[in-house]
Amino acid sequence: MRRLIHAPKHKRIYETMALIRKSKQFRWNRKHLLGLRELSAEEITYILDTAKGFEQISTRSVKKAPPLRGKVVVNLFFEDSTRTRNSFALAANRLSADIIEFTRKDSSVSKGETLLDTARNLEAMGIDIVVIRHNAAGAPTFLSRNINASVVNAGDGFCEHPTQGLLDVYTIRKIKGSLQGLKIAIVGDITHSRVARSDMWAMTKLGAEVTFVGPPTLIPAEVGRLPVNVSYSLDEVIEKVDVINMLRIQFERMGGNPFPSIREYAHYFGLTVERMKRAKPDILVMHPGPINRGLEIESEVADGRNSAILQQVTNGLAVRMAVLFLVNQAAAQTS
Amino acid sequence: MKVILNSRQIEQTLDGLADRIVSETPGELNIATVGIRSRGEILAQRLSSILSQKLGKDVPRGTLDITLYRDDLNSPQSAVQPKVQTTEIGFDIDDKIIVLVDDVLYTGRSTRAAMDALIDLGRPKAIKLAVLVDRAGREFPIQADYAGHKTDIEPGKLVQVSLVESDGKDEVVIE
Repeated sequence: MRRLIHAPKHKRIYETMALIRKSKQFRWNRKHLLGLRELSAEEITYILDTAKGFEQISTRSVKKAPPLRGKVVVNLFFEDSTRTRNSFALAANRLSADIIEFTRKDSSVSKGETLLDTARNLEAMGIDIVVIRHNAAGAPTFLSRNINASVVNAGDGFCEHPTQGLLDVYTIRKIKGSLQGLKIAIVGDITHSRVARSDMWAMTKLGAEVTFVGPPTLIPAEVGRLPVNVSYSLDEVIEKVDVINMLRIQFERMGGNPFPSIREYAHYFGLTVERMKRAKPDILVMHPGPINRGLEIESEVADGRNSAILQQVTNGLAVRMAVLFLVNQAAAQTS
Repeated sequence: MKVILNSRQIEQTLDGLADRIVSETPGELNIATVGIRSRGEILAQRLSSILSQKLGKDVPRGTLDITLYRDDLNSPQSAVQPKVQTTEIGFDIDDKIIVLVDDVLYTGRSTRAAMDALIDLGRPKAIKLAVLVDRAGREFPIQADYAGHKTDIEPGKLVQVSLVESDGKDEVVIE
């Protein structure tokens, strides 16, 4: 410290800055990505910053880099998925990993094998990373405690879908610069949406104000304990928000009749051209896909100039590359 | 701590490197510089502007992040955790003479990674290596085409390059 005090002023400033940099040097230590709830704002920001470096791989002549060369990634999907599964597969390929596709229909799961037995058998073949989607909340966490490989959650029940949450905040940050102080509405079937939950954790940790919007039948009972506002009227919030994320109505998960008719839902909660006229001119329109055109969102809006829906897909690839890279790095350094 | 290059000597060294690059490159070929993050980026910037002046034409420059090409990513003992950053090369590298710029050439491992990263972006006419400090201790069969200061210090020591843009002063010291 004495050296700092006696050094000339400008020198002192730079030496102090170097000390701060050194002491604050962040280290990514998680070998699993199970959810965003447990991550700090700093960890989320680190993933987003890392993803930035992966974006250009997809635009150059050789769309591949070598950091996961010799590693094996398993896509272990117990639920249907096109976008997420392909995105993870392509991300693994672009990092030079080998990928095994494992889906429910064509596997021994249909013969009655348990999740743990399936995973242990895969592990016996020498895999490094398991990307898992499962209809039971907590399945990825359970797996992470029982096998040595890294586990990445690609969606568990109604709990979390962390890479979707990350790609959503990545897209918002890229277009809006920062999430600090933004007002964001997440609209639709909140109860059955793991995307809504992962979004909520990521967005609020990065400083945004989140409102869940939907009919009371599709807003979960526990919402009072979550860091969000609730509104039962899209018309009430449409003028105020900077970002609107329209969730898909998940007919396959609904029991009973949460709303009287599809037309009535679209009338009250659909993002229509009419409603868009009352929104801020630079409102960002998002949707995790697949879209029910004309139900939660009108085609003109989904394909319109405020829509970031296809950018979300592109960014998802960079974010998933970053996640695979980081969990592998943490695994290598703790082994 | 011993100063091996001061501000004026750094300036002279870069000017000398530029002179040699100009004299050894046929005039009809297009030169561009590509700096290896992070000090190489700044040096490439300076070298490009000196070369532009000497050649009377624009010498584009880019920045290469070699993190994904490092050979120690999966080694448990690596003390630092390299952060992936962006590669920013806004021009086509095909058929150009690419002068790869780094602050210190030591083991040669960064250069190997940089060459691999570069050829994933295209096919340059040639890759040349220019470094401010050439330190003995190569682990790979790699040599600099244009080396500034040469030094033969023992393995335990550290060559610390400080540049105004990132550290507030121009100086190379051995610690």
